[in-house]
Amino acid sequence: MVAEELREREARGRYTTVSIPITLYRRIKELIKDTGFTSVSQFVIYILREVISSMEEEKLRGESISEEEKKRIIDRLKKLGYL
Amino acid sequence: MVSKPHGMKLVNRVVAGKRREALLREAQELPKIVVNYSLAADLENIAHGVYSPLEGFMIQEDYLHVLYDMRLSNDVPWTIPIILDVDPEEISGIKEGDEVAIRYGDHLMAIMNVEEIYGWDKLEYVKQVYKTDDRGHPGVAKTIKKKELLLGGRIDLIDHVHSRFEKYTLWPIETRLLFKERGWKTIVGFQTRNVPHLGHEYVQKAALTFVDGLFINPLIGWKKPGDFKDEVIVEAYEALLRHYYPRDSVVFAVLAMEMRYAGPREAIHHAIVRKNFGCTHFIVGRDHAGVGNFYGPYEAWEIFREFPDLGITPFFIRESFYCKKCGGMVNAKICPHGEDSRIRISGTQLREMIKRGEKPLKEVMRPEVAEAVLRFKEPFIK
Repeated sequence: MVAEELREREARGRYTTVSIPITLYRRIKELIKDTGFTSVSQFVIYILREVISSMEEEKLRGESISEEEKKRIIDRLKKLGYL
Repeated sequence: MVSKPHGMKLVNRVVAGKRREALLREAQELPKIVVNYSLAADLENIAHGVYSPLEGFMIQEDYLHVLYDMRLSNDVPWTIPIILDVDPEEISGIKEGDEVAIRYGDHLMAIMNVEEIYGWDKLEYVKQVYKTDDRGHPGVAKTIKKKELLLGGRIDLIDHVHSRFEKYTLWPIETRLLFKERGWKTIVGFQTRNVPHLGHEYVQKAALTFVDGLFINPLIGWKKPGDFKDEVIVEAYEALLRHYYPRDSVVFAVLAMEMRYAGPREAIHHAIVRKNFGCTHFIVGRDHAGVGNFYGPYEAWEIFREFPDLGITPFFIRESFYCKKCGGMVNAKICPHGEDSRIRISGTQLREMIKRGEKPLKEVMRPEVAEAVLRFKEPFIK
């Protein structure tokens, strides 16, 4: 995303600014050369979303349904021939 | 392990027992809104967690984020707005904060807490979602005819629409348990709006080779004229499954949800929905959810790169064809033979043959499937 577009979107309230060390910024800038990423911001957003979603998944324990509900579902699945 | 629900929460907005009885009584006193079949299906899908984490029709903030950023306001990926359109006169006297009864015909379905009433720019919608404002695009034409205002807010489902395919109707809580009971840890979802030809069978079985189970999930509901009728799709799949699929590795269930023909955006939507059913993988073929020449053949593959946090892995499977020299279905990556050995499957040609009552070649469609389709005098939507 070009800087101008980014600024425009920021102005519309959908982006905000966070700070990263300048050394890290340079390192990322070098890393993303000739990749599909067109800016450091785009790369950081991508990585953060990837990391956050896997952390959220780890945090989520198994889904719980009551034994009664489980029995009702299994009975229906058997009746329909799925089990 | 089956996939986690999208947004980490499997929504359940179906009311039962005493609360349902109380809401039924309450609904008699409420102003009503009447919805069409597609919206009734959306109501059921919201309530049963097919659209998790949505708990109702979108409020404006979510709507705008989805339109421009392809994410909900909490950053969770979402590409197709789930909206309830109404005419101003339909909601005269209704204000934000009120409750309304939602009916499908005479049938009371749900109660909605109206959190927001807002206007929308349909032209902007179609440009963002469909990437075109050409009225020749069926999704564009349908959107432009929608009503002028949108209602956003949570819903509580009181009752269902009677399904013609009750025995094939499963909800996410059921499929997730079913997959677990079968011991499946990896499940690939297959979206379709067509009767199956050998190309479909090839991609499904190629994907199934690498996972524990296959979830075939055709869409039932509004589609464009010229598409196959729902009952034709179901009967064609019954024939295919009966003769050519291992029963223990496959689950077949229908999903009432309208086709949008929104190409890449809809491919993401289809993947999210199957994730909620418990799928860990999702098949994305050539021109997924496309129509005419509105999208590039592999645009639906490219869009997945924008969603590192989708939580479901796409299987990108190339276009397949029958090769006379290989003696089976193959794709360009694995077949060394020339075009003269290849029998390509054209959906348009296939439809034309079926319209004429002709049985397609066995290299294109299984004879049992062809017979099931040809038993219908009018297999296509008019």
